[in-house]
Amino acid sequence: MPNQAPQPGGPQAGRAILTIIGSDRVGIIAGIANVLADANVNILDISQSVIREFFTMIMMVDLAGAAVSFHELSERLARKGAELSVRVEIQREEIFKAMHRI
Amino acid sequence: MRHLNFSGEEILETINMVRTEQLDIRTITVGISLLDCVSDTCDGLCRNVYDKVERVARDLRRVSADISQEFGLPIINNRIAVTPVALIAGRSGQQDLLRIAETLDRAAHAVNVDFIGGFSAQVEKGMTHIDANLFAAIPAALAATQRVCASVNIGSTRAGLNMDAIAAMGRIVKQTAALTGAANSIGCAKLVVFCNAVEDNPFMAGAFHGSSEPECTVNVGVSGPGVVLRAIKAAGDVDFGTLASIIRRTAFKITRAGELVGRTAAARLGLPFGIVDLSLAPTPAEGDSVARILEEIGLDSVGTHGSTAALALLNDAVKKGGAMASSYVGGLSGAFIPLSEDAGMIEAAERGAITIDKLEAMTAVCSVGLDMIAIPGDTPAETIAAIIADEAAIGMINKKTTAVRLIPAVGKGVGDWVDFGGLLGRAPVIAVNTLSSSRLIARGGRIPAPLQALIN
Repeated sequence: MPNQAPQPGGPQAGRAILTIIGSDRVGIIAGIANVLADANVNILDISQSVIREFFTMIMMVDLAGAAVSFHELSERLARKGAELSVRVEIQREEIFKAMHRI
Repeated sequence: MRHLNFSGEEILETINMVRTEQLDIRTITVGISLLDCVSDTCDGLCRNVYDKVERVARDLRRVSADISQEFGLPIINNRIAVTPVALIAGRSGQQDLLRIAETLDRAAHAVNVDFIGGFSAQVEKGMTHIDANLFAAIPAALAATQRVCASVNIGSTRAGLNMDAIAAMGRIVKQTAALTGAANSIGCAKLVVFCNAVEDNPFMAGAFHGSSEPECTVNVGVSGPGVVLRAIKAAGDVDFGTLASIIRRTAFKITRAGELVGRTAAARLGLPFGIVDLSLAPTPAEGDSVARILEEIGLDSVGTHGSTAALALLNDAVKKGGAMASSYVGGLSGAFIPLSEDAGMIEAAERGAITIDKLEAMTAVCSVGLDMIAIPGDTPAETIAAIIADEAAIGMINKKTTAVRLIPAVGKGVGDWVDFGGLLGRAPVIAVNTLSSSRLIARGGRIPAPLQALIN
């Protein structure tokens, strides 16, 4: 896979992967989904499991219509994560493509 | 999962690499040619240099921070490498060269990079007037500036060893230590003496933008000793073939991360992408040590017998994995063993488990040379020169880069400590052989290029 750079200066372009790790409780999916909806970010896929004794949720989201910058979205997710006592990471998908595919 | 092309395990692996195993992009280094800055006045040269560096690199820090957040990878340093100053300084005397160094320092401060490398000269065959002036200006330049790094290339496989330059560098290392003695001789931490220097190394203090390079480049230095260590620990007592495979695969992932960051940074800065240097570069932080990898391979302490073999395996496996990951692998690309920047090395030196002789042997099979090693402050210049000569000979004969970055610790002896703070770390002063090499160094001239040079 040729290692292409993503489009420059495009916070609204491409897909990202959200990873939510912590203890299970009511309201995690709803809480995160609300943040994403407010930012006009579409959820493409959700996968949820217990991996290495952590409750882990992985979402693939589409940033194409995002109403806020990546930085702002990242901050909002971090705040919501803190409220819900889970760790939330958001990263552009290219980093996973680059590292895990020949 | 229609869209999600990766398993949860793979995603968590990436996240863990960053969060708990200290995977990071060690540096994004913008290389800038200063060849078009030449002027018939020092004022003109300095103005051109400052303007160009500021213009080319002004967005580096912001772009770097954005990328770091978007990919979830820390980018530890932003740096600049420039054309070796000896190539652009014309007829400058020592005072003018000092002004050039100060200009580079101001430019580095203006764009907020932590180091700017390239106060350099390449003297493998002999010195020009400007080379000699630059040599003489090095101690004052490193004492007067914070962020400028200097390097000299005193030999190569093709040219042999310039023993006059080596003798001079023995004295210059001592002078640099003396001028910065009150600050743990930190000047010497910003000065590298090379044999077979490469023109696209993104790591400091030896980075410079060689004359074979284009107008500008973006080079990336990755790192990840902690990631490799975890992978080896998880594998348990596997045989060497399996161990090499594990290191290769890990190096592949690390290099891919580095290349993505480098290409993205280059695209956003509007500059060409150069290379990924996939060196395993340690930091003093726990879990970020190359020495610990060697110990995990099976040594009670780095420095004991087997250290060279283990390092040879590691260095080679890192290169093989990285070469598969990227078309443009360059710089030094291997494993670094800087003593003061590696928690395992520091501990081994303190215990007396590793000596300068073993370190010299290990440099024959890894990326760099005798790096960040504190030696007694009263070590004679000729001894320092002879250490450089030994290291350069290893590089010359084996067709590889070797280097010396020694810190004569003013007023200190074996067992005392130097502490630079931050990524430069801390180190106990270790012993050197006190029997004299002054007759060797006094001979002068060049050690001829070896047969390995006759490859045409």
